[in-house]
Amino acid sequence: MSRLIRMDGTGHTTLAEWTAQDDAAFAAAVREFSDQRELGFIGTVPDGPGKATHVRELPRDADLVIMRRPIAGG
Amino acid sequence: MEQALPELASVPWRQRTDARWLRRWGRIWQGWTLLYTVPFVIAGAGMLWLEPLAAPVAIAAFAHAWIIPELYAFRGASVVRPKGRRNPTAEPVAQGLLGDLLGHEERDLHRRTGLVLEHARLGVWLVGEAGALLVTAGGRRVHCFCVRATDAELPPSDRVAHLLLALREDEEGFATVANHAFAGAPWRVRRRMPERMRPAVGAARAAAR
Repeated sequence: MSRLIRMDGTGHTTLAEWTAQDDAAFAAAVREFSDQRELGFIGTVPDGPGKATHVRELPRDADLVIMRRPIAGG
Repeated sequence: MEQALPELASVPWRQRTDARWLRRWGRIWQGWTLLYTVPFVIAGAGMLWLEPLAAPVAIAAFAHAWIIPELYAFRGASVVRPKGRRNPTAEPVAQGLLGDLLGHEERDLHRRTGLVLEHARLGVWLVGEAGALLVTAGGRRVHCFCVRATDAELPPSDRVAHLLLALREDEEGFATVANHAFAGAPWRVRRRMPERMRPAVGAARAAAR
């Protein structure tokens, strides 16, 4: 089961879940991903130790996609 | 799939922070430290040599030579001090997510010190809630970066996770977006850090050697 989560004031919120075979669930996840991007969130796929990838589209095969806020110099 | 950090669009005027940039800034900071320290030492020694009764003024000059570098080191260490709301209700959830992103040793170090150790190409990073330290290869110099997630409501571990993910996406981009606050010897920064965090500097130096 793949998950789309958003880091927020609650720790994190699960926005969508899908499997590779479930087109409807994936379509809903894509909509959620797009909505979050419009709100200013950035999609990131953790690729294991030391690696992560910024994504502009929801990858169907990713196990976990995390929406994060932008960072800025303090 | 994209590799460049999207936040770079907000700082288009900045030169990309790579190993060469870090070496240059390390040397500039070293020269700067000598420039504002040595004159005070010479002045103090000169006063003692010319007139021993001027010892109180000489001591004041020596104090300046000691205090000014300490203030800069304090500024560097401050980037990793805990800041903002603690959000105790959400923090355990955020800790769980951050823990999933870390290996066993890194998770243990974060639990003890509040800092996440991350190996990367520029060196070994220690990522905090609102800043990061970079111990460069050899472990003899640390660069301090002030950088934060733009959501003040996030629990502390989520703030760390934000910085960690951005760092993993594009290390040089992360260092470019961050504000460089200080560069110098790790021991100078370490002793100005909260006691709980100090072992993380030792771990980063050992990993960087």
